[in-house]
Amino acid sequence: MSDSRSMSYQPKPGVFQPLMTEQRAQMLTRSSLSYWEDAWRRLKSNRRALISLYIVIGLLAFTVLGPLVWTIDPAAQDLDQISTPPGADRSATLVEPYRPWDGSSALPMAPGLRLAEPATTQAVRLLWDPLEGASAYRVYRNIFPMDPGDALGLPLAETFTAAETRFEDRLDLQPRTYYYTVVALDDHGHQLPARDTLEVSVERVVTVREAVSRGLVKAEDNPQPGDAVELALHPLGTDYLGRDMLARLMYGARVSLFIGICAPLLFVLFGTVYGSTAGFMGGRVDQGLMRFADFVIALPFLLFMILFKIAFGIGPGESGILPMVVAMVLLLWPATARLVRGQILQVREEGYVNAARLLGARTNYLVLRHMIPNTLGVILVTLTFAVPNAIFIEAFLSFIGMGVAPPTPSWGSMCNEGIKTMLTYPHELIFPAVMISITVLAFNLLGDGLRDALDAKMRSTE
Amino acid sequence: MWRYTLRRLIQGVITVWFIATATFMAMHAVPGDPLTSDKAVPAEIRANLEAKYGLDKPVFQQYLIYMGNLVRGDFGISFVQKNREVNDIIREHFPVSATLGILAIVFAGLGGVLWGALTALYRNRLPDVVIMFLVILGISVPSFVFAALGQLTLVNLNDLAGFSVLPVAGWGTVWHMLVPSLVLGLSTMAYLTRLMRSSMLEVVSSDFVRTARAKGLPPTRIFSKHQLRNAILPVITVLGPSIAAITTGGFVVELVFAIPGLGRYFVQAVQQLDYTVIMGTTVFYGAFLVLMVIIVDLLYGLIDPRMRLE
Repeated sequence: MSDSRSMSYQPKPGVFQPLMTEQRAQMLTRSSLSYWEDAWRRLKSNRRALISLYIVIGLLAFTVLGPLVWTIDPAAQDLDQISTPPGADRSATLVEPYRPWDGSSALPMAPGLRLAEPATTQAVRLLWDPLEGASAYRVYRNIFPMDPGDALGLPLAETFTAAETRFEDRLDLQPRTYYYTVVALDDHGHQLPARDTLEVSVERVVTVREAVSRGLVKAEDNPQPGDAVELALHPLGTDYLGRDMLARLMYGARVSLFIGICAPLLFVLFGTVYGSTAGFMGGRVDQGLMRFADFVIALPFLLFMILFKIAFGIGPGESGILPMVVAMVLLLWPATARLVRGQILQVREEGYVNAARLLGARTNYLVLRHMIPNTLGVILVTLTFAVPNAIFIEAFLSFIGMGVAPPTPSWGSMCNEGIKTMLTYPHELIFPAVMISITVLAFNLLGDGLRDALDAKMRSTE
Repeated sequence: MWRYTLRRLIQGVITVWFIATATFMAMHAVPGDPLTSDKAVPAEIRANLEAKYGLDKPVFQQYLIYMGNLVRGDFGISFVQKNREVNDIIREHFPVSATLGILAIVFAGLGGVLWGALTALYRNRLPDVVIMFLVILGISVPSFVFAALGQLTLVNLNDLAGFSVLPVAGWGTVWHMLVPSLVLGLSTMAYLTRLMRSSMLEVVSSDFVRTARAKGLPPTRIFSKHQLRNAILPVITVLGPSIAAITTGGFVVELVFAIPGLGRYFVQAVQQLDYTVIMGTTVFYGAFLVLMVIIVDLLYGLIDPRMRLE
């Protein structure tokens, strides 16, 4: 039938040209994408996941490169700046070294309780006029202005006689406002109603020698008392021991991220080997292995985490990071094992595996060429979700004091220290808490993105 | 159904036995024992004490003795606290932890289902965006930060009101429980909201919902009978494991809000190597968790008729 028609139709010459062999009319197919290329393409089009990826890279840079840029020792204490919030005033004045006071100096001030010399963090020297009926005096210091009937604050000292009407305060002076009160005492040491209060603003001072030795000024500049200097810069403030928060956050990131990445890597690896063995062997072996995994899952996680950590012990001078990793690996592998086993069982029944087997593929080839690449997506997603989980666990354990041993900082232990002074110095809690939150958030969103990109079945309906 | 329950219970007992054995071995692997203390005890007295408490026997024999007592429901007496049986400690402090945990689960479950359903109904509109933002926050912020923030809020609230609206810490009345359990349930609530949302979105576009709509059922009935009931299933599956997660978080909340729960006792007992208290609390917690998972699984059968057939 076609024969006769083709015979009957004769195209005019020039309408149809035979195609040259190297010419193609049109490229209809794009170059084929591999699984990973496809996944990467999907991930790139997911803005949230991409931003998270950048954040994760930024965090790693903060951890690895940060200490190279910000070379402050995280253990070094700056006792002039304890618990200072970021952006606090850093100015100080140079003074001469401390000299004992003979009580001779006096500033022109109103009678009553008054300063003998300008108040500095080196010493506050007080003088007062005799109070009525006093046979001795007691000196108080408060950090709040007082209403009548309030507590007077910290009792600093008592004089022995009524003649002694001066006092020198050198107790942990901070550059702030203090309220000093002198109370008259009777013969028996009871307080009398006569008292006098003075508001004192203390100025921060540093001795010349100290300033030179701490590198605040150079010796060749010939610093003189009275010069103004800037104290060391702490961009994120200091903690309750005067340690630099930024340096500690960087160092703590090292600890937290090390645990948060190492432990998941190890237990996901172990779970993968375990689960794929079970799934591949099948039968009795599978049943036995998975029953054991079920038992481990049923262990009360936290209790065992603490128990294991103590069982491995922390020697003096050790940070306790390794015991924590080991304990996590011992307890967290079964979830991955279950997942991988399920995947392997599924992949084993796929047509391409049967086809490969029929073509004479060996077990090694099957595992390496088909099983592992086809489960890798799921494993990778598990890994990304395991990271924030591990960071949480570390933070949590350090928070209840069962984690990393001090003085090693980790974000969790920094939170633990910060929460005690939460009301007065919130920055000590906020910074590590924000770091934990950002890290966990980034890994979670990245995990979401990876899951959407890698695994069609688990793709979330967002 | 009954055979299934029985099988699960037997499995549960084996699991608890495994937990007990693992704890026993891990505990004895820790250097030292409960009699180790700062004070130097003469060797003779130590030997007497060891004999009295059976610590001189081989570990395996101690294990058999302990297991025998355990079967009879006797957790032994504390090594460190005076005159206290472990049974008493559990009886006194577990209800506190359990109340906290159950309230948290109730908060998390109700909140999760409600918010999840809401976000699915308002998909990609303002309520969805706002709630999902809060959910991401709830998943990413550690529980102790929430606990601290919760306490801070209470302090400021009481300060603002001029009298104690809600107690800041402690335990006793319903008012004490409110904020801690809310804080405890927050991350689980966030997780459940996410789960509920995706499962709800799946259900909304399913055939049976379209059929129900086509035959003219009122939307409220479709929502409650068809959508909610089907979408809630995955939430219930993860409720069992969530209970474990909530007991974990309970430690921190108990610590921050000064609640006399079991968690604090455990941490203390581990530090002092109080063998019987460690064993007692772990085995008890383990048994409780196993039981909860079984109950949740059985509950699943009640809600999803398809499961009953298997």
